Amino acid sequence: MAVPAGRLPPGPPLSNDEILRYSRHLLMPEVALEGQQRLKAARVLCVGAGGLGSPVMLYLAAAGVGTLGLVDFDVVDYTNLQRQVIHATPDVGRRKLESAAEKLRALNPYVGLRPFEARLGSDNALDIVSQFDLVVDGTDNFATRYLVNDACVLTGRPNVYGSIFRFDGQASVFATRDGPCYRCLYPEPPPPGLVPSCAEGGVLGILPGLVGLIQATEVVKLVLGRGEPLAGRLLLVDALGMQFRELKIPKNPECPICGPHPTITALQDYEAFCGVRGEEAPAGVAVPEIQVEELKRRLDAGDDLLVVDVREPHEYQICNLGGLLLPLGDLPRRVHELDSSREIVVHCRSGPRSAKAVAFLRQVGFRKVRNLAGGIAAWAERVDRRMPRY
Amino acid sequence: MTVHVPAPLRPFTGQQAVLELPARTVGEALTELVSRHPELRRQLYGEDGRLRSFVNLYLNDQDIRSLQKEATPVREGDALSIVPAVAGGLKE
Repeated sequence: MAVPAGRLPPGPPLSNDEILRYSRHLLMPEVALEGQQRLKAARVLCVGAGGLGSPVMLYLAAAGVGTLGLVDFDVVDYTNLQRQVIHATPDVGRRKLESAAEKLRALNPYVGLRPFEARLGSDNALDIVSQFDLVVDGTDNFATRYLVNDACVLTGRPNVYGSIFRFDGQASVFATRDGPCYRCLYPEPPPPGLVPSCAEGGVLGILPGLVGLIQATEVVKLVLGRGEPLAGRLLLVDALGMQFRELKIPKNPECPICGPHPTITALQDYEAFCGVRGEEAPAGVAVPEIQVEELKRRLDAGDDLLVVDVREPHEYQICNLGGLLLPLGDLPRRVHELDSSREIVVHCRSGPRSAKAVAFLRQVGFRKVRNLAGGIAAWAERVDRRMPRY
Repeated sequence: MTVHVPAPLRPFTGQQAVLELPARTVGEALTELVSRHPELRRQLYGEDGRLRSFVNLYLNDQDIRSLQKEATPVREGDALSIVPAVAGGLKE
């Protein structure tokens, strides 16, 4: 098994302070002084300082990884705090990199931090990734996942992968010398909109902790050159059933990037590859919109206007405009409940689901139907400040 | 046999995570599955009628593409897992 430990020179000596700090590592023959020096010499890049990145960075810093790179361009949002434990309440509105770096420095001043305030893209990924020995994928979208995978394969860096959805998680190690890569597992991404990511979104706050620590464990093992890496295996975590299952990932001999006859030899346009550009509305369909202020005016005036809410019932419970609840997934089946002669305004939480609904309704002959721009979130922001936001 | 349905597809099975189906092959299990839950068809199969490339199927721990695909025989007690690509995103 190819692990980067073999490539790493034995690390620099440890100071007395470091010896004391890491003593519970040094007492284990599997780590010992040599392993701790390997950790100190290791350079690990974490892509994303969010749900997965939080536990990964905290534990790798605590464990004494010498150089930690972080890539993120986002700002801490109030809704992040439920799971992104590296950020705290006073950090809301701060840059994630700044917030994370502060916690990591306080936790372990012996860690060298290399922050990259950037969106990882085809223009910078090879340059950034090649400055590290291995990469932790803590991203949240397919475009960046394929980018991280390809950059790792092209630079020969192992890619420690994790992903989460509601109560389910996946973890693996890709792009080791003999192991499969993410494209061996999934040669291409699903088209946007097919996998019900929006209506069924959400994640159990502890899940990124579970999956992130599986990733952190794999990083430490790879650096130490100990144990059996998760390469060639996909670990499925089911937090509800509390079951861990393992599937084999064969290396695909026809893999376009890590196979013996690669057709991909440079980074690509990943947003185009993943069809992201059409994600806000069904490809190429611009739907007519109404602003929240205008809707408020029209409703107050008592105009005959049907408000249709295409969110899920549990979202309707949080807040609503008193509209007809008709979840997007049920729309084709229940479309006959709508009167196409009436003026209709469709909304969801922030707009994309209702844009799909409007496009669908226009396709089946509705003419007087518009999308509420910004959804109920815009209503809570600009019309009714007392309404809860989520 | 047992079929494991992942979280993203459970809205199409009435939130059932595990189903017991009678089947002699993987293909029969899938046919039975989509006949009980017709909305799953579009998730599992493309317009060409073939299994979608981003939905992996595993019989026990092996990708059916490395076995005999849908013709792979199954036995009592086998588990079929549907494992779609998951980005991990929370964007609406």
